Amino acid sequence: MSAPVWNNKVVKWVDDRLPVFSMLHHSAYEYPTPKNLSYMWNFGSLAGFVLVTMILTGIFLVMNYTPHTDMAFDSVERIMRDVNYGWLIRYMHVNGASMFFICVYIHIFRGLYYGSYKAPREMLWWIGILILLAMMATAFMGYVLPWGQMSFWGATVITNLFSAFPIVGEPLVHWLWGGFSIGNPTLNRFFSLHYLLPFVILGLVVLHVWALHTVRSNNPTGVEAKTPQDSIPFHPYYTIKDLFGMGIFLIFFLFFVFFAPDFFGEPDNYIPANPLVTPPHIVPEWYFLPFYAILRSIDFSIFGVPAKLLGVLAMFASIVVLFVIPWLDTSKVRSSKYRPVYKWFFLILFIDCFILGYCGKKAPDDYFMGIEGLHVIVMGQLATLYYFAHFLVVMPIVGKLERPKPLPASISESVLKGGANA
Amino acid sequence: MSQTVQSSGDHAPDENRRDFLILATTAVGVVGTGMALWPFVDSMNASKDVLALASVEVSLSNIPVGQAIKVMWRGKPVFIRHRTEREIKEADDVALNELVDPQTDDARVEKKEWLILVGVCTHLGCIPMGTATGETRGDYDGWYCPCHGSHYDTSGRIRKGPAPLNLEVPTYSFLTDTSVKIG
Ligand code: HEM
Ligand code: FES
Repeated sequence: MSAPVWNNKVVKWVDDRLPVFSMLHHSAYEYPTPKNLSYMWNFGSLAGFVLVTMILTGIFLVMNYTPHTDMAFDSVERIMRDVNYGWLIRYMHVNGASMFFICVYIHIFRGLYYGSYKAPREMLWWIGILILLAMMATAFMGYVLPWGQMSFWGATVITNLFSAFPIVGEPLVHWLWGGFSIGNPTLNRFFSLHYLLPFVILGLVVLHVWALHTVRSNNPTGVEAKTPQDSIPFHPYYTIKDLFGMGIFLIFFLFFVFFAPDFFGEPDNYIPANPLVTPPHIVPEWYFLPFYAILRSIDFSIFGVPAKLLGVLAMFASIVVLFVIPWLDTSKVRSSKYRPVYKWFFLILFIDCFILGYCGKKAPDDYFMGIEGLHVIVMGQLATLYYFAHFLVVMPIVGKLERPKPLPASISESVLKGGANA
Repeated sequence: MSQTVQSSGDHAPDENRRDFLILATTAVGVVGTGMALWPFVDSMNASKDVLALASVEVSLSNIPVGQAIKVMWRGKPVFIRHRTEREIKEADDVALNELVDPQTDDARVEKKEWLILVGVCTHLGCIPMGTATGETRGDYDGWYCPCHGSHYDTSGRIRKGPAPLNLEVPTYSFLTDTSVKIG
């Protein structure tokens, strides 16, 4: 952590007054990083890259977008047809949203598998969840902007969730709408917030990285770096690795932008919003499907609490529970590599989230994967049950009972034994 | 507070005064901040032009028995169904204890043949199907909400599915036998 010596006079002059260069040097150059990070550690910087892409493409979209219910749909069509490269900018923005969630979900599962939420990284983990929440709000409001059928009805269904709360529910929803239904006031405020929130996310990312650099990166062994041999400087080792990962990622991202731009989208959103007709099958964007499945799976009331309120509470709880897992997980071992039992439960959770996603996509009365007699709603209920049981039951109990495999004495030892390639 | 007073003996009156000043300043600060925030919060509530949305008058003369129409009111659809004898009987014959949100049919209509409802599912706000002829009307012959599967009966009462309440009845009055004012 020695202070860098700047040879360039201008750089030195600036740095003596505002140490931006020193700060960058510390955080992106000499930052001591565990030497055994796998490609699972690429997704944080990828998510950051996508955030910048979203902000840049968004700013250019705004130059041609009109936030009015009479004109929004047409202005987006004009972006697609008439504005030079408008189609490219919009498709980057639309698919960028999906890429953002892909990166962040992989990033979160990485953290879950390697125990990155455990002490001393709780704050880091929390800020991450706040970023996820802010992303969800941003993506939801962005999806309303083109004012298609899914925009309108998705917004109707999601804002109506708040009507589930007793007494304050209805006034709250009317307040969110700025009227008695989703309309122009709603579109305008969503536009305003959709512009604002990404910058809030940016601020949260700064805090996230600050916390990271205070507690340092976790690694595949979950064993903290102890000696200088365990770490290597961020630059050039991880700058080059992150750049390489970015190259691969860009191929993936741009494949969708150029060859399958509507892959993640719903065709119904190319129909202008019609407040009088609900599309027969409303589905949220793919990244909300597991949560939507949890919401829908509660179709019964408990102790007089109506199903609607319970569903909403369960959906919010599915994220809130992530805040407390640093305390629910009782295992002393971070990395699931050394947790022979928990490892399997982790796999079940991973699959469970896909099952939830599938259930969120299908109509409640359909059969699950065509299995006669097994309704999507029932499967959704089972999957919801496991989701909560995983955090509230499995994590505390398995952590206590399981006998972990012996941990390597240090990162270096594990690398020499070839133990990092898992 | 009392501890501070005791431990610092002769400074007591001064400290009391300081505590009071801090409390009072904080209170004024909190109330002041609240008052400064309120205009921003309230600016997001329905504006006067939205509130002033006039009521609508609907002529009923061209709705044959057994059919229904949709009209817009406050940005939402209102269903007006000209009920058949059978539909009225179905609505009357239900025992109240079978209902999720118990209400007699008489409490929900002014004239038995005209059922007037806000066409917004009380679950999460979709528009139930069943108004246009040929659309599915669900298991109870009224409306069916495709979003999460709520079934409403011939009085617009919730019978099955996640919706908690009956379809809302708007305020309306008959101007003549064949014309109604909603709102
Ligand atoms: C956190 C980053 C962001 C996310 C996740 C996000 C997400 C989205 C999504 C999902 C849509 C709907 C796309 C569609 O179907 O057309 C959208 C639209 C839009 N976004 Fe963003 N956005 C982000 C940042 C921004 C920023 C920073 C701006 C402006 C400065 C912006 C401006 C717009 C505009 C004008 C639209 C409407 C045009 C359109 O629908 O293509 N976005 N956004
Ligand atoms: S909105 Fe009608 S059933 Fe959910």
